[in-house]
Amino acid sequence: MEPHYQHLYDILAHSQGYIFPNEIDLQWGILIVVYPFITGLVAGAFILASLERVFKVKILKPTYQIALLTALSFLLVATMPLISHLSQPQRAYEIMITPHSSSAMAIFGFVYLWYLMVVLLLEIWFDYRHSMVVWANEKSGIMRWVYKILTLGVNDISPRTVKWDRKLGYIITVVGIPSAFILHGYVGFIFGSIKANPWWSTPLMPIIFLFSAMVSGISLVLLVYMIISYFRKQIIDLNVLDSIGKYLFFVLILDFTLEGLDQIQRIYEAGESFEILKLLVSSKLYLTLFVSQGLIGTIIPLVTLAFLQFYKHQIKVRKTMYFIIGILVLIGVYSMRWNVVIGGQLFSKSFAGFTSFKVGLIGLDGTLMAIFWLILPIGILAFLLWLLPPWKMVKEED
Amino acid sequence: MKFYVPPQIPRLALAFGLFITLFLVLRHFLVPDTFGKYGHYRAASLIDNTLPEIHYAGQQACFVCHQDIEDKKAQDVHSDIHCETCHGPGEKHVVNSKVEKILKPTGREFCGSCHALNAAKLKSAIFQIDLYKHNIGKNCIECHNPHQPWEMKK
Amino acid sequence: MSQSTSTMGNEKVVSSRRKFLKTAATIAGATIGYSWLKSSQVLLHAAEPKNESLPWYGIVIDIQKCIGCGNCAKACKNENDVPKEPFFFRTWIEQYTVKNDGSVDIVSPNGGIDGFEQRVPTEDIFKSFFVPKMCNHCSKSPCTQVCPVGATYESPEGVVLIDEKYCIGCRYCVQACPYGCRFIHPVKKVANKCTLCYHRLKKGLAPACMEVCPTGARMYGNLRDKNSEIVKFLKEHTTQVLRPHLNTGSKLYYNALSSEVR
Repeated sequence: MEPHYQHLYDILAHSQGYIFPNEIDLQWGILIVVYPFITGLVAGAFILASLERVFKVKILKPTYQIALLTALSFLLVATMPLISHLSQPQRAYEIMITPHSSSAMAIFGFVYLWYLMVVLLLEIWFDYRHSMVVWANEKSGIMRWVYKILTLGVNDISPRTVKWDRKLGYIITVVGIPSAFILHGYVGFIFGSIKANPWWSTPLMPIIFLFSAMVSGISLVLLVYMIISYFRKQIIDLNVLDSIGKYLFFVLILDFTLEGLDQIQRIYEAGESFEILKLLVSSKLYLTLFVSQGLIGTIIPLVTLAFLQFYKHQIKVRKTMYFIIGILVLIGVYSMRWNVVIGGQLFSKSFAGFTSFKVGLIGLDGTLMAIFWLILPIGILAFLLWLLPPWKMVKEED
Repeated sequence: MKFYVPPQIPRLALAFGLFITLFLVLRHFLVPDTFGKYGHYRAASLIDNTLPEIHYAGQQACFVCHQDIEDKKAQDVHSDIHCETCHGPGEKHVVNSKVEKILKPTGREFCGSCHALNAAKLKSAIFQIDLYKHNIGKNCIECHNPHQPWEMKK
Repeated sequence: MSQSTSTMGNEKVVSSRRKFLKTAATIAGATIGYSWLKSSQVLLHAAEPKNESLPWYGIVIDIQKCIGCGNCAKACKNENDVPKEPFFFRTWIEQYTVKNDGSVDIVSPNGGIDGFEQRVPTEDIFKSFFVPKMCNHCSKSPCTQVCPVGATYESPEGVVLIDEKYCIGCRYCVQACPYGCRFIHPVKKVANKCTLCYHRLKKGLAPACMEVCPTGARMYGNLRDKNSEIVKFLKEHTTQVLRPHLNTGSKLYYNALSSEVR
C-alpha cells in the first residue's frame, strides 16, 4: 500500500517558523479529543449519582439511575476512540497482558477495568437485582432468561437479602467516589506526566481534568434527564433542575478558578516555553480557548446560573435556560479537551514554530468516526433504559 | 448463631474468580516467550533489531579490492573521508561488483555540498570555496583528483 | 512462641525471641526500604548498566566540525529504509543563524539532506552553526518510560530500540520525546527512530551516519571503557546535552553547544 503524503506536504506549506521535521504530522487527532471527553462524562455522571446516594440528596433521586446508566453507556465506549486511533489496533490486548508499570497509558487499562467491573457494574447490579428478579418472573420467553442471567442466578428477594443489596451497594458507592476521581484524574495524568510538553506538563492537569469532568458529567445528566422526561411525556421537576444547576454552578466556579490559577502561574513563571505558548493561545487556539471554552462554555453558563440562583423566572424559561446551559457547558468542555490535546501538539518542541491541523472527515481517525463514538453511547443508553427502566423498578421503602 | 453470608457475595466472588482466571489463562498463552528476560520487553526483539541488511559496507570492505585508492587517499587531505561518503551505499557492489555499480558523483554542486562557502562552517573545519567566483564553468575534477585533491591535474 | 519452648529456660526464650524480633524488624525494614527504592527506580527509570561485558554506548557530536553537508541524514535514510519524503527522519541537521538584531533563524530543509544555502547575508550574521540531531539514547528515557506495552526499551548496550512486532502504534512515545526524534513509519505503521544502527554495531561496523561523516563530527563509543576515545573526548571538552533540566539522562553529548539550541 502506497501511503499518501500529499496532505503532509499541505501541512508543511502551512507550518510557521521552525518545527522539527518529524513533527509535521500531528500524532493525536480528534479521537484523542473525544476520549477524555467521554471519560469525563462518565466520571462526572457517576459523581453526581454518588452525591445523591452518599449524602442522601433526596431531591436528586429521579436522576440516580439515569446518571448511573449514562455513566455505564459512555464508559463502555470510552476506550473505543483510543483503540481505533492505534495504528495496530489488533495488538491492543498487549496493554492488558504486558502492562508497563511506568506507563500512564498501561495502568489506565486497569483503572478502567476496576471502575467498570468493580464500581459501576456492581453498583448497578446491586441496585437492580431485586427488580430484575421480579421482572424475570413477570416476563416470558427470551427476556425472562435475559433477566435471569443478569441476576447471576441470585433469586433471593427476602427482605434480609434485599437489605444487603442496599448495604453492599452503599459500600460500592463509597469506594466508587474515589475511583471516579482517580479514573478521570488519571486521564489528566496521561497528559500531565509528559514532561516534554510544557502545555501538558503541569501538576494541576489531573485536577483540572477531574473538575471539568464533573462539570461535563453533571451537564450531561441534566440534559439526559430533561430529554428522557420529554420522551416519556413526564413533567420535568424544576426542583431537580435547580438542584443540579446549583451543583453545576459550584463545580463550574471551582473548575474555572483552577484553570485560571494554572494559567496565572504559567504566565507569572514565564518559563522557556512561555513565548511560544503565548503565541499559541493568541493565534491558533484563540477561538477554541477564549471564545468556545472561556466565553461560551464557562462565562455565559456561569453568569446565567448565578442569575438563576437569585431571580426566579417563569418555569418554562428556566427549563429552557437549563437546557441551553447544559449544551453550552458540554461545548465548553469539549473545547477544553481540544485545546489540551490538539493545542499541545500544534507548537513545536523546538519552541520555534507551529504545525497546523486539519481534521479529516473520513478514515479511522476522522470526524465521522469521532461522531460515531459520541453517538454510540446514546444508543447504548437508550437500550439500557429499555432493558433496565428506572421508572419500573420495584419501590423500596427507605 | 450461624454467621450470615448474603447470597450475592459467593455468586459475585465466583463470577469475578472466573473472570480473573480466564484473564490469567489468556495472559499465559498470549505473553510472548522471551518477554521479560532482560527487562520489560521481548528479548527476541534484540535479535530482530540486528536482522536488517546493511547498505553501507564500511571502507575496509572497499579496500579489499581497491588497495590503490587506499594508498592514494592516504597521502592527502581526504584520507579520513570514507569511500561511501561520496560513492554512496556500497554493500550491493561488494557482494556483486559486476552488476551493481557505485555512484561516481561529479560536478561543482556535489563538491560544493561540503566546500561551498557558508557562515555556519568553521574555517578550521573545512576548506571553503566561493562557487560563484572560483573558476566558473569548470568542473572541480578537471583540476582536482577527488582522491588526492592537491595533486593538481595539468 | 509455644509453651513447650519455655521449658528450655526462660532467659533463652526471651533472648531468642528478641533475636527473632530484631531479625524480623530488619527484614521488614529492609523489604520496605528496598521495595520503596525499587519502586522509585521504576518511576525514575534510573537505568544502571548491569552487564559489564557489554559496551555502554554514548555519542558525541562536535558542532564545530559539522559542515552541514547532509551526508549523515542521507545515509541514515538509505541504511534504514526510511521513506525519502521530508517528514520522517532518524537524524537531521539544523542550521541556526543568530542575527545581529538578536533574532534566531532556524532551518532544516529536507532535514539538511540536500545541503544548506546561506539564507541570511553574511553582514547580518552574529553567528551561525549546524546542529545535527538524532536520538539521544537517554538512560532515563521518557519515551521508553511511557510505552504501555514494552515495545520500546533500552538494550543492555544502552541503545533505545523499538520492537516493531510488538508496537501498538499509540504514539505516546512520539509525544514523550522532547527532542522530536520519533515518528510513525508510514508503511510499517509502528514507531520508528534511530537505533544507532544496532544491526551494524553488532557486525562491528560504525553507524551509517558516522561511516559517511566527512569531518568526523560524530563519534560513538563505550562510556564504560575509561580509555575509549569518547571518554577521552568528554574529559577534554566541555560538553552539554540537550534540555538538561528535563533529566532524560541523555547520552548524546554536544561539544560547543550554543544556548539557542533546543
